[in-house]
Order: sequence, then C-alpha cells, then structure tokens
Amino acid sequence: MGKQYETVIGLEVHVELATRTKIFCGCSTAFGGAPNTHTCPVCMGMPGSLPVLNRKVLEYAVLVGLASNCEITRYCKFDRKNYFYPDNPQNYQISQLYLPVCQNGYVEIETEDGSKRVGIHEIHMEEDAGKLIHDTWEDCTLIDYNRSGVPLIEIVSEPDMRNAQEVIAYLEKLRLLISYLGASDCKLQEGSMRADVNLSVREAGTQKLGTRTEMKNLNSFKAITRAIEGEQQRQIDLLEAGEPIVQETRRWDDANDCSYAMRFKEDAQDYRYFPDPDLPPVRISEEWLERMRAALPEFRREKMERFRREYGLPDYDLQIITQSAHLADLFEETTALCKEPKKVSNWLMGEMLRLLREREKDPADIIISPAHLAALILMKDKGEINGAAAKEVFEAMFDEDVDPHSYVEEKGMKVEADTDALREVLGQVVAAHPKSVADYRNGKEKAIGFLVGQTMKVMKGKADPGAVKEMLRELLQKES
Amino acid sequence: MAHSITDETIEYVGILAQLELSPEEKKQARQDMGRMLDYIDQLKELDTEGVEPLSHVLSVENVMREDVVTNGDMREALLANAPEEKDGMFTAPRTFG
Repeated sequence: MGKQYETVIGLEVHVELATRTKIFCGCSTAFGGAPNTHTCPVCMGMPGSLPVLNRKVLEYAVLVGLASNCEITRYCKFDRKNYFYPDNPQNYQISQLYLPVCQNGYVEIETEDGSKRVGIHEIHMEEDAGKLIHDTWEDCTLIDYNRSGVPLIEIVSEPDMRNAQEVIAYLEKLRLLISYLGASDCKLQEGSMRADVNLSVREAGTQKLGTRTEMKNLNSFKAITRAIEGEQQRQIDLLEAGEPIVQETRRWDDANDCSYAMRFKEDAQDYRYFPDPDLPPVRISEEWLERMRAALPEFRREKMERFRREYGLPDYDLQIITQSAHLADLFEETTALCKEPKKVSNWLMGEMLRLLREREKDPADIIISPAHLAALILMKDKGEINGAAAKEVFEAMFDEDVDPHSYVEEKGMKVEADTDALREVLGQVVAAHPKSVADYRNGKEKAIGFLVGQTMKVMKGKADPGAVKEMLRELLQKES
Repeated sequence: MAHSITDETIEYVGILAQLELSPEEKKQARQDMGRMLDYIDQLKELDTEGVEPLSHVLSVENVMREDVVTNGDMREALLANAPEEKDGMFTAPRTFG
C-alpha cells in the first residue's frame, strides 16, 4: 500500500484595479491604446520624475481588505523591489514589503465538507509592468509601457487550500467580493485577475511543509485545475522515486497541458527591497477608515436575503442573479421600471445567460440598459410582439442595447392583433383546411393547434399565437 | 578595518547591480564596502531605544492625487530618448528563450 499524500496550496492573486489613471501618475489605464500612448516620464522611470499615489488605489485596497476581514495597517509605506528586466523601466517595481496596507484577514469558502476559512496573509499595493512583444522578424523585443504603472493589489493567502476545488472556490469568492466593490472586473482571461499557485505535497498526517514550487501563467479556472493536478502528481512522483523537489518557478503551458521550470541566467532572487524615498508614508485615520467601512456595499448574502424579501424570488433565481453585482443591479433597476420581478429574472437567467455563454462574455460586459429591458418586457406583456420576436429583440439589445420600440418598428415585427388582415388570414386558413375544422368540431382539441400553426405561418410569425387561438375558437363556434 | 569583504560578495553584488568590474575596481569596491560596514557598526553604538525607524526624510504624509487623467499622448517625446524604436515601441535585445 502506497503512502498517502496531502497537497498544500497558497495563492498569490494579482488584481488590476478599476481606476481611471495609473497608480503614481495621471496617465490613462484605458485598454487598447496604441503602444506607448498612455505613458509619461513617471511610468517610464525617467530620472527626476516623482510618483504621487492615486487616492482611489488606496481606497480600493482598503475596501478589499475590509471585505476580507483584514486588519488595516494604519501607517503604511512603499518599498522598491529591485530587478532588471525590460518590462520594468525603473529597474525597480514600487511595491510594499514591510508594511502592506492590509494584513491577517480571511474569506469563507464553501467546500464539500462545509464552509472553511482561507486566511489572507496580506494585501499590498503595487504597479504593473510593461508588455513585451517578441519581434520574430528582427529577433528583438519590442516594449509597450501602456500597462506600466497600472495599479494592482496582490492578495497573498495562507497555505490553507488542499485541492483545486478549494482554490477555485477561493478565487470565485475573491472575484465576487471585489466585483461587488467595483474595485476590478477580475477577468482571468484578460489578465485583470492573475493567480500564481504555490504548491507542495507532504505525507498525510505530517505537519512540516514540503518544498514548494510556484506556478505562473494560469489564465482560466480550467488551466488552474489542470496545473494543480499535474503539479501535485509531479511532486508525488519525485518523492516516490526518492528524488528531491527543487524550489522553483514553473510556467504553465496551456496548449501542451504541462509546466516547465523557468530559468533565468542571473537567478539571484535577491530583490534588495528598501523604502521608496520618493513616496511619503500613508497614515490612515480612524475617521477615514470609518468612512470606508460605511462605503462597503451590500454583499451577496445580504442582497439575496433582501431580494427574497422584497421580490419573492425563488432560491434558484437568487443564486444566479446575485452571482454578479452588475446582474443584480440590472435586475433591480429593471424591476423598478416594469414591476415584474419574476419576468425580469426569467430573462436574465434564460436568454441573458445563454448569450453570455455563447458569446463567451462575463456578466460585467452586459450593456443592456434597464429602461430597454423593462420596455421589452412590457411590450411582450401587452402582446405587441410574440415570444420569438422578443428573443430576437433581446439579442439585438444584448449586442448593441437597441431601443426595443424603434427596433420592432424598423423590422416590422409588431404583432397583428385583431386586425382585418389577421381576420382575413384566419378565414383563408379555415377555408383551406376543412378536415381540421371538422376534427375540432368533433371534439379533437388538438386540431386547433394545427390551424394556429398555419395562421402563424401565413402571418410570418407576426401574430400572438394565444390570441390567434382565441380568435379561431370564436370563429369556429360562430360558424358551426 | 574590522570588516573584510570577500571576492564572492563583490561578485554577487556586482551581478545584482548588473556591473562588470575590473580587478582594480573590485579591490576598490571591497575597501569601500568594508568602510561602509564599519560606519554602520559605529551607528549601531547609538542608543535608539524608543526611536521610531525613519522611513522618509521629510515629515510629510498622505501626499495623494485624485484619480483624474491629466496626461495626454507624449509618445513622440518619450520615444525621442530611445536609441532604437519600431512601430511606436522601444526595442531591446531579445528576452525570450
């Protein structure tokens, strides 16, 4: 019988904050600008330039700390982490080593064995690096510093996780808290949330931690899961073979489903941190902290409770709608306009989720305005458009937030209700299908469905099937 | 001189600072570093009981700016400092494996 092993995992999560400007200068953080058009002497590390802290970065960092039960460091400062690499024009990254802004917190996650606390060792503020692009033609490296100085927080967990499921639950929890705070959209694919996995294995029942490795470049929950499973097996195989585990940084290769050690020529991991003399320390007053506490939003649990109370939604709906603050806000604002909570919820759970999946988007990307969604729901309620048309309009709203009234008008999707045109078609359909008419009159209720279908076909869908059915009943009764 | 710096230390510090030193420079650097450490020893003799570590030379705190974009596109001026550029980007020797 082989040995039993336990996997021990801690995470370093980098989150890009949703500020308008960089952490230490007034350059835009907007995505997709032409290379180096969002740069200045500060974020390019020009000698003599002076960084000044963005107030919003401190606010977001403290809010995330409060939401994850951290102690807020009342006197904190910035340090320089020295390293030479072209993505870093200053030759040091401004970060926090000695007095990080938040410390000793935790979040609760749900696991198969019930809820569990994952400790947060610290959260610190730092700046992002530039982007390196390999130019194959010239065989050189091109550098775009637009990302240089974009604000990040790094959330360092305690080694409290034991498997991939717990890691995913922890990341989901962080993403939920942070997106509810509006501090970041936390998209793994786009890099606004990045997770480095520190993993070691040890014999089950022992206390001493094994040698750990750090894994980088994990861009999806799937990659994280695969990487964790692969790395724990790799380490167990080494231990079983009596070989040592080397403490190293490994890069996950998603395409090949494996990781490999990253080697640097000069691998001296000595960052020679020291306090940044350009940035004066930050002292957080009780009064300011109190304002931050008051600014904490309603989080998921409270929101679910309130939605249950105020709108009478079932648990299933609550689970889905509150998974994103944006979705929850859209629900609430739309309901305020159309007074139909369950119908709003159905649209969000049905078509909205379907389209998000199909277009591979995140709830944070939803652009539909509450006014347009409310209008669509009311139009369908009044029978102005039928179900199929409503779905088509919804899709157009999903892509471009079109005004449903003008869209329906333009596309001629309005339902013909009780008009002469509709009556004429009904007459034709009845005349053309004497057998179905006879079947219906002989008590075959199903036959009317066929006649409704024929009518809808001639009307090209621009009729309300329910109303058509009623009109047919009336017509057939009259004529018998 | 109480402190003597080994050749290994000088080599290591040189690598960290990305400096290539000649044998004469290494010798000079060893002496300089030894003197610096001697001076640190001298400072250590001071009684600092109850004195907060100084992290900034000015007695200022909480210097912050609002989250407002104040910079426009300065690419041309900034790239003017670069020895080489391509497609609006700086070029550097290849860094990928």
